[in-house]
Amino acid sequence: MTKSELNPAVANGLKARQRWHPAEVVFWLIAFSSYFLLPGKHLILNEIAILALFAISLDLILGYAGIVSLGHAAFLGFGAYAAALFAKHINPDPLIGLAFGTITTTLLGFITSFLVLRGNDLTRLMITLGVALLLNELANQLGWLTGGADGLQGVEMAPLLGMFRFDMFGRTAYAYSLITLFVMFLIARRISYSSFGLSLNAIRDNSLRASAIGIPVNRRLIAIYTIAASFAGVAGSLMAQTSQYASLDVLSFEKSADVMLVLVIGGAGYLYGGMIGAVVFKILQDWLSALTPQYWHFWIGLILVIIVLIGRERMSQGVAGIVASFKRKTPAAPGPAAKAEG
Amino acid sequence: MATVLETVGLEKRFGGLVATSDFNFKLEGGERHALIGPNGAGKTTLINQLTGVLPPTAGKVLLMGEDITHLRPDQRVRRGLARTFQINQLFLQLTPLETIALAVTERMGHGNSWWRPVGSRAGITDEVAEIAGRFHLGDVLGEKTISLPYGRQRLLEIAVAFAARPRVLLLDEPAAGVPESERHDILAAVAELPREVTVLLIEHDMDLVFSFAERITVMVNGAQLTAGTVDEVSHDPRVRAVYLGEADHG
Repeated sequence: MTKSELNPAVANGLKARQRWHPAEVVFWLIAFSSYFLLPGKHLILNEIAILALFAISLDLILGYAGIVSLGHAAFLGFGAYAAALFAKHINPDPLIGLAFGTITTTLLGFITSFLVLRGNDLTRLMITLGVALLLNELANQLGWLTGGADGLQGVEMAPLLGMFRFDMFGRTAYAYSLITLFVMFLIARRISYSSFGLSLNAIRDNSLRASAIGIPVNRRLIAIYTIAASFAGVAGSLMAQTSQYASLDVLSFEKSADVMLVLVIGGAGYLYGGMIGAVVFKILQDWLSALTPQYWHFWIGLILVIIVLIGRERMSQGVAGIVASFKRKTPAAPGPAAKAEG
Repeated sequence: MATVLETVGLEKRFGGLVATSDFNFKLEGGERHALIGPNGAGKTTLINQLTGVLPPTAGKVLLMGEDITHLRPDQRVRRGLARTFQINQLFLQLTPLETIALAVTERMGHGNSWWRPVGSRAGITDEVAEIAGRFHLGDVLGEKTISLPYGRQRLLEIAVAFAARPRVLLLDEPAAGVPESERHDILAAVAELPREVTVLLIEHDMDLVFSFAERITVMVNGAQLTAGTVDEVSHDPRVRAVYLGEADHG
């Protein structure tokens, strides 16, 4: 084939990458309609939205750039404490506090990014875990500032935009978190289809070759680690602001492990995995902890083992197969795609 | 023609082992040069020093007269020195379209752009189409690289390096491991590389060396045994001794 014959194929191929898939539109329509359709569930929906944003943050480094982390809660927790302290001591306005929590966490991400540049996956797991443990202990020891093991109390937020008070049913909270999630998702999506985003995939697949086509690997990794930290900082700020409280468990190992679990459930490397995983994880947690309050981790563990053993690919193929056979029977009904493009 | 790539007194030691010793070598603009030598002669170590993967113990590497000895691999690529690998080093989860577009984008210096979608800039589409056509990848542009037959992956390996629009292209055994049926495409693509690109071919296959190269450098035990035109080298008794000697060992 000659160049002129290939030109349209290349142009279309590149354009098609970032086109919105109908399943994506459906996803967001469902997300926004949940605000009106599930009025009694705003508190848990708020938690889901925040967990989803936190998972997107991990996906940016894990799914896109291939950096494994077992200490991602460091950024969630730092953002939470930063936003809570800011509201308590400086200014109770949520949006200013959100900016403060995000910027300070971004700085922390930038500083710690240099630690994850060297070494293999195991080194990175240990370093990220170590940083999170350090912060956790620091927050525990600095009781005069953070409230230590009792948590940071007495955080009172001003109304959002001066109009919407944070109510006990989570109405304002969920709207605030959902809109923030959507905005952050749009930014992440834009990044993922940019040449910067594609170069991260290249580094993930083969960093030797990435540097052999002129990609400055370390600089790109620093950049995405910092960006991911700022996403987690947003999630942490939302968490502290909407609960008007920050406690040590936002920095705990469980939080880091949970978000990894969320990505395992939903799948890494396509942004929606973190959000779908967050929905499934929270619903399971809610349901299982109501069923067996003390042992719900047992069931989560079992589900994790099953997912990893069967393989999510095969499960989604199974779902796609069922959808396809359903489609054949009723050709008019459009089946939901198991996975959006990418 | 002007010298494009040069090494001056290049030396590499791994402890007591001398892998490259006092290596002086010149690549003239536009030429087709082959680097040959028996296994263990130090060809790969030399390539790694040229491309910046390994730092030399002593000596210098000059690209267009500029000292690049202490530059990182990616900095050398942006100055016009690209390579392919003996064993494919590709982005297996990306498509050839994405791979080539990324390489072109990086070369243009837009790789850091985190807001604009890939390929939204003028000129990129044209160039990706040109490269895809040149390396016969037009019909598999949208497939994941991991699913391509080995010969196609090998072509992509060269296409990616070519997309950096190098002044000097180092081809490390481009046809290695390719089944006979797919070999022709690769040899043709290598033969059709434009003359602006100076090519250094590292190769074991003597048929390929003699059909492609104009000049040959022979490397033995980390040092240059001889260098010259194809005729001179092929009639050099020392070269014959090295290769016949190697043939005796199997």
